[in-house]
Order: sequence, then C-alpha cells, then structure tokens
Amino acid sequence: MMADSSRLCSVWLGSETGILKGVSLGRKQAFNFCNTRQLSRDQEVRALCWADPAQSELLLGSVDGTVRTFSTEKGAFTEARRCGEPAEGCFTGLAALSGSATVTCVECGTLRVWREDSSEPATQLHAGQNVCRMRQSPVHRHKVATGGKDNPLKIWDLQRPESPAFTAKNLRDDWLDLRRPHWVRDMAFIPDSDKVVTCTGYHQVHVFDPASPQRRPVLEVEYGEYPLTALSLPPGGQSVVVGNTHGQIAVLDLRKGAVRGCLKGLAGGVRALQCHSSQPVVASCGLDRFLRVHSLEDRKLLHKVYLKSRLNCVLLASREEAGQTAGEAGSQEVKEEEEDEVWDAMERVEEAPKRKTTTEEEEEEEQEEEEVKKKSKKKKKKKKEAFED
Amino acid sequence: MDITEVPVSEDSKGKKKKNKKPKMKSKAGNGEAEKKQQEVVVVENMEKSEPAFPPSFSVSEIKNKQRRHFMFMKLKQEKRKQKMQLKKKKKKEREALGDKAPPKEVPKTIENQRVYDETVVDPEDEEVAFDEGTDEFSAYFNGLTNPKVLITTSDRPRGRTVRFCEQLATVIPNAHVYYRRGLALKRVIPQCIARDFTYLIVINEDRKVPNGMVLCHLPDGPTAHFKVSSVRLRKEMKRRGKDPTEHSPEVILNNFTTRLGHSIGRLFAALFPQDPQFVGRQVATFHNQRDFIFFRFHRYIFKNEKRVGIQELGPRFTLKLRSLQKGTFDSKFGEYEWVLKRHEMDACRRKFQL
Repeated sequence: MMADSSRLCSVWLGSETGILKGVSLGRKQAFNFCNTRQLSRDQEVRALCWADPAQSELLLGSVDGTVRTFSTEKGAFTEARRCGEPAEGCFTGLAALSGSATVTCVECGTLRVWREDSSEPATQLHAGQNVCRMRQSPVHRHKVATGGKDNPLKIWDLQRPESPAFTAKNLRDDWLDLRRPHWVRDMAFIPDSDKVVTCTGYHQVHVFDPASPQRRPVLEVEYGEYPLTALSLPPGGQSVVVGNTHGQIAVLDLRKGAVRGCLKGLAGGVRALQCHSSQPVVASCGLDRFLRVHSLEDRKLLHKVYLKSRLNCVLLASREEAGQTAGEAGSQEVKEEEEDEVWDAMERVEEAPKRKTTTEEEEEEEQEEEEVKKKSKKKKKKKKEAFED
Repeated sequence: MDITEVPVSEDSKGKKKKNKKPKMKSKAGNGEAEKKQQEVVVVENMEKSEPAFPPSFSVSEIKNKQRRHFMFMKLKQEKRKQKMQLKKKKKKEREALGDKAPPKEVPKTIENQRVYDETVVDPEDEEVAFDEGTDEFSAYFNGLTNPKVLITTSDRPRGRTVRFCEQLATVIPNAHVYYRRGLALKRVIPQCIARDFTYLIVINEDRKVPNGMVLCHLPDGPTAHFKVSSVRLRKEMKRRGKDPTEHSPEVILNNFTTRLGHSIGRLFAALFPQDPQFVGRQVATFHNQRDFIFFRFHRYIFKNEKRVGIQELGPRFTLKLRSLQKGTFDSKFGEYEWVLKRHEMDACRRKFQL
C-alpha cells in the first residue's frame, strides 16, 4: 500500500518534523512517510537528493547527522547511515556519485565522500567556514560547488581534493573602497557550459565562468531587498528562478540581467525551489507550509497543497510526470472517440450555405479541442437547433 | 395628455406636473422622448417576459435640487412602506403556518461567508500537534520557564506612549519598562537573553501616538510585528474599575483557528504566567475577528451561578498582524514565516488568515 502511494508521487518534500512527504499532483493527494514511530525534531530533513539517475531512491540528510535512503519502489526507508556529528552543523548538501558513493557537506565546511561499505570517509576536504550550500554538477558528476557566508564560491573536483578547481574572487570594493560583503546562499550549474549561477544573501545573482580568465562574476543582477534563499534553473538555460525570505519568487533573464516576472502566492520565506527537467513548471516550498507549483510560461499557480509542517527541501520526479500525462492523454483520446461517435449519430442539419461552413468549421475545431469546449459548443448547437425548430 | 397615456408611476409624475406647471412646456419635450423610450421598453418587456416592472425614470434626472430631494424622499418612503408590508405579510404567513413554518433564514455576514481555509487546525491532527508541541514555546508550555517581559519603545517616546507602556506593565505580570536610549535592538536582544528575559515588546510611536508593536520571544523565538490602533488609556475609559492588582490574570484567546492563528495565539499565551490566580478575578482577552485582534482587560464577579458582572480596567487596543518572522528580530536578513501582502491577501473580503 505504501509502495503504491510512493510510486504515484511526483513531488517529494522534506519537512522540519522529519517526515518525508510525497505529493501526487494528478490525484491531489499527499502522503507522509516516516521512519520511526515517534517523530522528533532531530530528524529534521535538511537535504534531499536522488540517489541514482533512474530516480528510484532518495537520500535524506537529517539534523542528527544520519543519511537515510528511501526507496520509492518499496515505499519504505531502506538504510540509515551515520555521516557526521550534529555538532558540526546541519547538512548543507547531499549528492550521489556513481558507484554508490555519497558526498555530504556540513555547515562547518567539511566535505566528505562516503563509500558504501566503510564507515570512514574515503575523501575529506575542507571548504572553509560557514558553508551554506553544496551542489553537484549534473553533467560532470565529480564536480561540486560550495559557498557560504564570507566564503566565496569554490568548485571542487573530487578526484583532486587538495585544492579547488576554481575559487571566485570577491566583487570589487565599492565606491568608499570598503570590502563588499559576500554571502553565497545557493548555486546551480548551467547545463551545456561551465558556468555557475549563485544567489547571495545581499539580494544579488552572480554568474561565474570558470573558463574565462576573470574570477569575478561575469554577470550581476539585483533583485529585491531581502536575502535570496533559493535558486533553480529551468530547462531553457537562459533564465533563472530565485526566491527570497519574504516569499517573493522571480524569474530573471540571464542574457540581459532583467526581471522577467514574479510568481505570486507565497506568504513565507522560500526554502527550496525546483524546476522540472522537461516541463515549464516550478515547485516551491517554504515556511508557510504550502507546496506551490507554478507554470513558468504564464506564471500562474497550478497547484497549491497544504502540508502541515514547514518544508525544507523539494524534489521533482521527472518520470512520474510522464506517466501521469500519458495516462491522461489516453483517457482524453478515449473520450474524444466517444464524442466523435456522438457527433456521427446526430443528424446533420441542412442549413444555408453560410451556416454550413460554420458548422463544418465547428466540427473540425471540436475534434481538435478538449472536452470542455466541446460541451459548450454542443450546447450552442442544440440551442441553435431549438431556436430554428 | 402625457399623464393619462403613460400608465407609469403616476404619482411621481403627477406631483411633478403639479409643482412645475409653468415648466410644462419645456418638460413636454422631455416627456415625449421619455414616453417613446418607455413605450419601446414596455414593448420589449412584453415580448421577452411577463408584465415588466413599470419603468420609471430615475430621480437623478431632475435638475432642480429641492425637487430632486423631495422626489427621492418620497421614493424612499415608498420603498420602506413596501418593505414593511412584505414583512407583515411574511409574519402573518409564519404565524398562520405555526409549527410547519420554515425555519428562519440566517442572515449572511462576512464571518458566515468566510472562504474555506485549509490551514484550519484539526484538534486530532498528530503532525500539527507534534509541530506545536516542539516549537519554540515548548519550554513555556511544559512549565519550564516563567515569562519575564521587557517593554520598551522606539526612541524618544512622547507622553501617550509612555503612559501606554506603564499601563501595559501593570497588566502583564513580571514586566519591566525600560527607556530605549537609542539602542539598537540587535544589541539589546543578547543582553536580554543574558538576563533571562523571555519576551521583548517594542512599542513603536508615530506622531505622539503608539502605532506599532514588535513582540519578540527571546531565546530564539518568533518575532511578530503588529500594527496597533485604537489605543484607549485608562483615564479615557468609561465606567472603569479600580487599577488592576498584582494577581496574574486569566487569558482568553478567541477564534484563533488557522495554523498561523495558533502560532500567534501561543505567542500571546506565553506572555502571561501559566497559573492564573483566580483570587484576583482578572481576565485578559485576545479576541480575533476578521484578522484584527482586540485586547481587553476585565475584572469579573459572579453575582450568582448564572450572572456575571464585568468591569473593564486597563488599556484597550487593537492589533493587526503584519509579519511573523522565524528567529529573533532581524528585519533585513531574517526569514519570514508569514508576511502580509496587501494586494494579494486583502483582495478577497471573505478570506482571512488568522
């Protein structure tokens, strides 16, 4: 039963109470998956990621330093592993490497690579103090980026853990020759290139290019007056979605550096954003205990789900969505066939030539359009017939 | 001629003609045009539906103010008369039916029409109960700490605000008022924590009147920012009792139903000590209605088992929540759990957040 519900879920969220929540948007249902009988704040989920590219397993990092594995096929937690002490700080990043190895990063800056079998880290490196986030490059799985408060963006190559492959330089001193403060909150790797986008606690968005000789940001965009806490890249690659502590989510254009539009609805600070890998849809979750799914094209709210605890991280499943849409398309096709039969059964009304063309056009349009519009046109046609009768 | 042909609101037209005999000629032109319109209207009405309501031209078309006013008063009287007649008829019918009469209709109010809010807390919900049980107030609600409140104002407060703070300090037990002296709140907070304060209240003043309140729960708790309005100090209250005594009051929290409402309710509850002294017969009420929180402070006395007398003491004010921030006061870099966004949230008159 749990396995069925876990297979349906297309959005996975980690909450502050330690519960893993799965939401099925098509059916509008939310499911709670919990490890222990008793809930406790120690289990607060801080980091969430897919354990494998096939997206059949999830890795959850909790405050007490354990990394748990959840299988979506079975609908249960399969493993738990101790990967660090709670004294070092919470998990700020979790990633999975090929060969069933996990990379974890904690707030005090220690980045560790854990192999499946041993309880000691295979590789360990220090990424400075106060790391806020660690992310893995989707293209090169061994590259990770870290950044934090007064801790500039560093890109590490896990095969050469001695020193970072790229360290960003701080911005130029301002007009009073004072050092600009620097606080990297979240970052993402832009696909098809080496560039990295970061968002800062001083409401700036920076784009860094390790390939170019300059270590300062290539592009700088400012948005709002509050710290930007979350960042996500939609599939196009030309824009970025950012969210801040006031609940304002905006889509920024990376070519020009302008704000394309805002997504409305959130009342609390944004904790995590995730864009879907193929559809123009973005899921956001935050401190107001709601999961909201917006469409990126018209920036409208598609779904809003109340989940009773504050939410820390969100993950979208790409294959589940496809399954759902295939199912829906199938049902639509079936319904269209039924409609066609109904139309064929109805007698053709012999009307003036002008009217005939319109009815033909209407029929063609109906075959292409969806049910709702068909129904309304049916009513119109019936009304027309009644009127003439 | 015009009067007899048009079977429409003869009274009004008749009166008009009486008053305006010399002006009949000028009005005749208008009358004809109106008559034609009315005929057209009447014809259309007959085509479409049953006997249409006699179309009367609106009172606002009369240019003379005195006559317009007179016609309007008459119109209102007519309407009132018709309403009374309808009511009497309904009452008669109701009495005639006796027991079989349909139940009285409940009038629609904005509270009745409130949009369904999915965040309303279900008392049996485990997850929410756990969330509340382990949040920042758990130390207070488990009886581990006693509230100790620090009340201060924005810089250089004026008389009314100072008196308000003093009166608040008498209402809330174990409260201390301190002069602000231009100190930054972020520096004040660590000092308060060191001295074991559990709450910090900052009353903001604008133009000699208190208009805002920041309520910060101290160890690391949420900070709520309210807009304060309608402040009535003790001497402005009519029929008030004597000054409140040192007994801890009981606390009544009304109508905090949603999850956000629960958080705010707990915020207020943690201001007062957990064990109220019933000897003192004092009660502080926080009543939430339509997202406004009304604070009242009363002393009650039971005259007999069913009747209670209450005397209002103490200040009275109204609060409206503007933002709830997780963590202590940090307006620039803090994370907000809820922010009032007027254009989005105040658009619907029937949707409330608390």
